[in-house]
Amino acid sequence: MNIIDRRLNPQGKSLANRQRFLRRAKEQVVKAVRDASGKRGIQDLENGEKVTIAAGGVREPSFHRSGSGGVRDYVVPGNKEYVEGDTIPRPEGGGGGRGNEGSADGEGEDDFRFVLSRDEFLDIFLEDLELPDLVKQKVKQTESHTLTRAGYSVSGSPANLSLVRTMRNSLSRRIALRRPKPAEIAELEALLREAEEAGEDPERLQELRQELERQILRSKRIPFIDPIDVRYNRFDTVPKPIAQAVMFCLMDVSGSMTEHMKDLAKRFFMLLFLFLKRRYGAVDIVFIRHTHEAKEVDEETFFYSAETGGTVVSTALEEMRKVIEERYPPQDWNIYAAQASDGDNMSSDNAKSAALLRDVIVPYCQYFAYIEVAAEHNMGLSALGRETELWRTYKQVQGPDRPLAMRRVRSRREIFPVFRDLFARDKAGA
Amino acid sequence: MTAVITKPGALIYDGVDWDYDTIKRVYDAIEHIALNEMGLNVYPNQIEVITAEQMLDAYSSIGMPLMYKHWSFGKHFARDEMLYRKGYRGLAYEIVINSSPCISYIMEENTMTMQTLVIAHAAFGHNHFFKNNQLFQQWTDAEGILDYLEFAKTYINQCEERYGYAAVERVLDAAHALMSQGVHKYPKKRTLDLRLEQKRERERQEYQEQTFNDLWRTVPRPAAGQRPPKSVSERKKLLGLPEENILYFLEKKAPRLEHWQRELLRIVRHISQYFYPQKQTKVMNEGCATFVHYQIMSRLHETGQISEGAFLEFLHSHTSVVFQPEFDDKRFSGINPYALGFAMMQDIVRIAEQPTDEDRQYFPDLAGRGDGMAAVREAWANFRDESFILQYLSPHLMRKLKLFSVRDDAEDPYLLVDHIHNERGYRSLRKMLARQYDLGFLEPDIQIVDVDLAGDRKLILHHRVTNGVLLDESDAKAVLRHIANLWGYEVQLVEVSAVSDAILKEHAVTAPSGVSG
Repeated sequence: MNIIDRRLNPQGKSLANRQRFLRRAKEQVVKAVRDASGKRGIQDLENGEKVTIAAGGVREPSFHRSGSGGVRDYVVPGNKEYVEGDTIPRPEGGGGGRGNEGSADGEGEDDFRFVLSRDEFLDIFLEDLELPDLVKQKVKQTESHTLTRAGYSVSGSPANLSLVRTMRNSLSRRIALRRPKPAEIAELEALLREAEEAGEDPERLQELRQELERQILRSKRIPFIDPIDVRYNRFDTVPKPIAQAVMFCLMDVSGSMTEHMKDLAKRFFMLLFLFLKRRYGAVDIVFIRHTHEAKEVDEETFFYSAETGGTVVSTALEEMRKVIEERYPPQDWNIYAAQASDGDNMSSDNAKSAALLRDVIVPYCQYFAYIEVAAEHNMGLSALGRETELWRTYKQVQGPDRPLAMRRVRSRREIFPVFRDLFARDKAGA
Repeated sequence: MTAVITKPGALIYDGVDWDYDTIKRVYDAIEHIALNEMGLNVYPNQIEVITAEQMLDAYSSIGMPLMYKHWSFGKHFARDEMLYRKGYRGLAYEIVINSSPCISYIMEENTMTMQTLVIAHAAFGHNHFFKNNQLFQQWTDAEGILDYLEFAKTYINQCEERYGYAAVERVLDAAHALMSQGVHKYPKKRTLDLRLEQKRERERQEYQEQTFNDLWRTVPRPAAGQRPPKSVSERKKLLGLPEENILYFLEKKAPRLEHWQRELLRIVRHISQYFYPQKQTKVMNEGCATFVHYQIMSRLHETGQISEGAFLEFLHSHTSVVFQPEFDDKRFSGINPYALGFAMMQDIVRIAEQPTDEDRQYFPDLAGRGDGMAAVREAWANFRDESFILQYLSPHLMRKLKLFSVRDDAEDPYLLVDHIHNERGYRSLRKMLARQYDLGFLEPDIQIVDVDLAGDRKLILHHRVTNGVLLDESDAKAVLRHIANLWGYEVQLVEVSAVSDAILKEHAVTAPSGVSG
């Protein structure tokens, strides 16, 4: 008998099958994920998701008899009171305790439920999304060098020693210089010993001794490994061209923004943040929030800290311009911006904002997305077509060659669709 | 505790934890009982310890240690995993593979008593059955199966690389849908080897020489080149029709398949054939294994090799395995093969060793012959579920299980109790229960009856309808679609009453677009 411990075998043997299954059920899974994502908070996005898909697309059909019709006989255990010829009213739902001859796998047309891992969920959710127009390919000086093999060198660190090369050189040198092998010396020694024991004539003995001495000397003079044999693996550093992109997140945190609106905006940016982090390792993100004055803040402050004040949008745009000019020269960087606001602005600021946006910001940007968050109960007003100040202002700036997208979000449910809409791959650059 | 036990022999293990030494010790003790006292004959054993995840893995790839890749296995894994994680369903304690060496998987989280039980159950019970039952001997090749699966896996992998996932998946989907129509139910005529062929040739020649008559030479022959058109029956004979092994027919005769596609069909067909005996011997196989583990555990307990506590733990899981809920119980879901099998095995031993008058009347050969163990071994070797029940189900057991039969006629508003466990009903009940395990009766009788290769190449299948139960329509349609994909031309399925030959229903699927033409 053999006992084999298989527990340490590589895990995830079924991964390939799972991938095939997901690919097969792709359409339904994507749909289920979209449905599910409308219902869940962004924090929950970090977890996996239990999805339910219709069994139709992943059904495994087979020839089997249908569950109804015809004459069937069953033998069942546990008779208590029946005698031959008794009749029993037909149980509901086609024979509760009557066995299930028809469907062998017991699956029927039920929905199929299973759990997606977090990565699978995000992959499917963020699929097809892309930052539009990543055009300016620039080599960044400070970052991202990769090592590539570049042959061999005669100097280097011991860790890079190329054993095979070194031994090859050593071997060819030893052959060329005819260094005696240890076996040859041993053979000579044996021969000498034999000759000594046999008492052969002294001249022959002398000859052998000299020969042995010469060979030993030779093997000492010609080292096994000479410094000239040693070779090292050589690596070159190669700069890796990366597309440099920076994403500006602008948010209004003034008093007119209700908790609900802030919540919507935050959710939107969180989603954006997640998307960028996942898709682009090398994307810089700048957070700017503003009331009547704007400040560049870190992620934590941007999302979680409270602030009140009036609303002057141009300050944020001004701040953005400042940051761009200081740190992100537009000729080297792909610049993206997303702004969230409730649409309020000081009326005196509208003209300035429009000008800034039209003349400075939008020309700098590859893409500028404006998200207007509104109170949920506010639906009626917008439905009547009343537009907010900022919306009207921005609308003037919008033009065929200006990459400015505007969307309204009223409830949490809309965030995912709007987000997808903005970054869907085919719409890129619209 | 040990002071109380006065029986000879020392405990072979104590407590719940297991390690390799204990398993080895337990295995040796079990082997001693199984081979020397029960006279079992087994393949060499290989016991593999696996984790819960690996058990789920094995589940989804129909219990085989290696399997080709297909999305349906991923689907089953996803579902089983969820059911397991949510606690809706436990995992089996073991999986055993009919191969030589016989591989038994045991789970790491089992207690030592469970490991003992599992080794007795799988490594000896199932193993003995696999090695000795005539169906397995006739149909499966225990030595070759793992090598074959290895080949299948590699081959399908290569096909995927060469022809793409989609193309391979298409063929495998179709083949899976036809899996239960992919077995030979009767052994095919064996092809003769060279020596036999020569012998037959010689015999024919001798016969011709003996019966030579010059007169035949003078009989006029039809002019060469003017062969009459083939009759339908001749055409069918050439194609080997009717044929119930649909996969086999498609593999050999489908006009549009590539070589590799035929090979894929062949692989699925072989695997299906390999599992065919298992489908036919559920009750016997489990009954045999349960009976064996019960005997072995009892002997271990009798000889003082396991503690009272361990034996109680064993009894607890044994009774839940052989529990048979009654028909009006919420938990009822058909007859439990473990329960029926185990009860019948015990009953056979009882009849052989302590028969009643009734048993003598029903089982004149078996009753009172003594050596119950030999009697069950014979049963294990020679029967399948259907014939086993027909042969061995005793009135005693029918009374014990309180079996009765119900007739469900869709035309009547109520169900009729046909037979119950009384003198008049025993034989009919036995016959009906046996029928419930007859695959030939359980699975719809579907055959390829005709195709005109010279004409429109429409493939015609017949389903011979018994008791007026038709095929499930949507599934039948889906499977026909798969057949059409493989066949390449129109496919028609006719449901014909087995009694009157009347046509009850027709399904047809047109040739797959883009393929025909």
